[in-house]
Amino acid sequence: MTPDAAAWEALRLSLWVATFATAFAIPLALWVAWVLARREFAGKALLNAAVHLPLVLPPIVTGYLLLVVFSPTAPVGRALEAAIGLTLAFRWTGAVLAAVVMGFPLMVRAMRLAIEAVDPRIEEAAATLGAPRVAVFTRVTLPLIAPGILAGAVLGFAKAMGEFGATITFVANIPGQTQTLPLAIWTALQIPGGEKQAAIMAGLSCVVALGAILLSEWLARRVAARISGP
Amino acid sequence: MTLSLALTHRFASATLDIAFEAGTGITALFGRSGAGKTTVIQTVAGLFQPDTARVSLNGDMLLDTQARLSVPAHKRRFGTVFQDARLFPHLDVAQNLDFGARYASKGPAVKRSEVIDLLGLASLLTRAPRTLSGGERQRVALGRALLSRPRMLLMDEPLASLDDPRKLEILPYLEGLRDGPLRLPILYVSHAVDEIARLADTLVLLQGGRVAAQGPLFDVMSDPAAVPLLGVREAGAVIEAQVVEHAGDGLSTLRLSAGTLELPGVRAAPGARVRLRVLAQDVILSMTRPERLSSVNVLPVVIEAIHPGDGPGAAIALRAGSDRLLARVTARAVAEMSLRPGTHCFAILKATTVAPGSIGR
Repeated sequence: MTPDAAAWEALRLSLWVATFATAFAIPLALWVAWVLARREFAGKALLNAAVHLPLVLPPIVTGYLLLVVFSPTAPVGRALEAAIGLTLAFRWTGAVLAAVVMGFPLMVRAMRLAIEAVDPRIEEAAATLGAPRVAVFTRVTLPLIAPGILAGAVLGFAKAMGEFGATITFVANIPGQTQTLPLAIWTALQIPGGEKQAAIMAGLSCVVALGAILLSEWLARRVAARISGP
Repeated sequence: MTLSLALTHRFASATLDIAFEAGTGITALFGRSGAGKTTVIQTVAGLFQPDTARVSLNGDMLLDTQARLSVPAHKRRFGTVFQDARLFPHLDVAQNLDFGARYASKGPAVKRSEVIDLLGLASLLTRAPRTLSGGERQRVALGRALLSRPRMLLMDEPLASLDDPRKLEILPYLEGLRDGPLRLPILYVSHAVDEIARLADTLVLLQGGRVAAQGPLFDVMSDPAAVPLLGVREAGAVIEAQVVEHAGDGLSTLRLSAGTLELPGVRAAPGARVRLRVLAQDVILSMTRPERLSSVNVLPVVIEAIHPGDGPGAAIALRAGSDRLLARVTARAVAEMSLRPGTHCFAILKATTVAPGSIGR
């Protein structure tokens, strides 16, 4: 009972997509979380709703909307391709985008909670000691919200590993290109006699999930120890 | 070193219109909650922008709303000690102390070891803020502000969250700052008259968003008009006395310009000058020199002014030699004794009226 080449390929692609999606989404989610936690502006409710939309929309609708916006024939998709040669639809890059969009609300939520838990008066104290704004963020705020960022990253990674509906709608199910682990399992289940490979890949999914949880717990402990001081 | 401030601001519940100057030494800002004290500190620190304001230090303009000028907080170099310490929870005490060091290129030199000695922080350096007591936290916050090499120190009710024993633990450090080698000007916000009587050189009284009185501490505290501002129970003159000797029975002799006092609980060495706070309600007036009295502290005084209060009481300004005292008696006693400005009489101070905590310097 060993995973076949397609299973390994799907696992590699899933890890690749999830890692890219998480790395890409962290700074963006942090910025949006910061704006939602700390700024008051017209349209804040709208931004909040837009961020959370993928959480409540059927994933297939999200995938469809992505296709509408980013397909090579749509204005945005065409402009992206012309400007930086980036094609999203039916490519692994599109799978990354789908994972980012679907994981975004979870990441923003975790980070926003962490930012709201930081007492702005502590940051004021840092400013009175002479720290410019950037230094206040990197030396005070960032260390204090690090556990929230980590939690958000883990959630985003998990979501990316498991994303199915929006991915298959937006980038289809191309082995080696866009066929991530969940898509490969679903494909295997469609083929007579594919149950065995499906079971093996489901097992792989469990191993990756367990590893991610253990890694994040370990990181969270280390960060927490650093934050609460020696 | 002179800080000058003028601000107006309209809050939903109150309107502030405050202007004063703070020179060297400790300038205390006193008022009840809502009087505008914290707004002043926040404005000076650069953490709050009122409707209109001008703030300058030695002519160096820091905030001028009319000219749309506002130097950001981190460039103002005002070390601030907040009521709630606000230590960085992810850093230990030493890292908290050193936080501002890298930005402190200019400003008067403050030696790290000196500050650690002055505030007794040596044994706390590796501790985390959450393991410190309230008094220790305030000491660390004070040290952290000092080591950022501020041009001036702002203290927003630094002792308000502490109980009396902790206050007594920190007050000597603050006196050390006032009298010590650092000579840092301090703007000190408080609603505790005993702290102010002990620490301040200059006093600014705020009431209802306005400056009700300001001047040297000894003048304002002995001004009968300040009695309602400070509260009738808290009002009382602050005078300076010189320790002469300590007797074996626990009493010490102190010399004033008009005589001597016998007081318990004085620890300063003979020759030292100490501050005494004499509450107005603890001064009794007598037309004749009292004899065979349980209190031995009697000073000959001349009445300078009589301020009738809203109630049955009257505040009386007294001069004892070159010192000024304040007494609070009933309006009926003023009439029966025919007290008027220029009347010579005797002030009786019970020895116990001077609390140990109010004996400073």
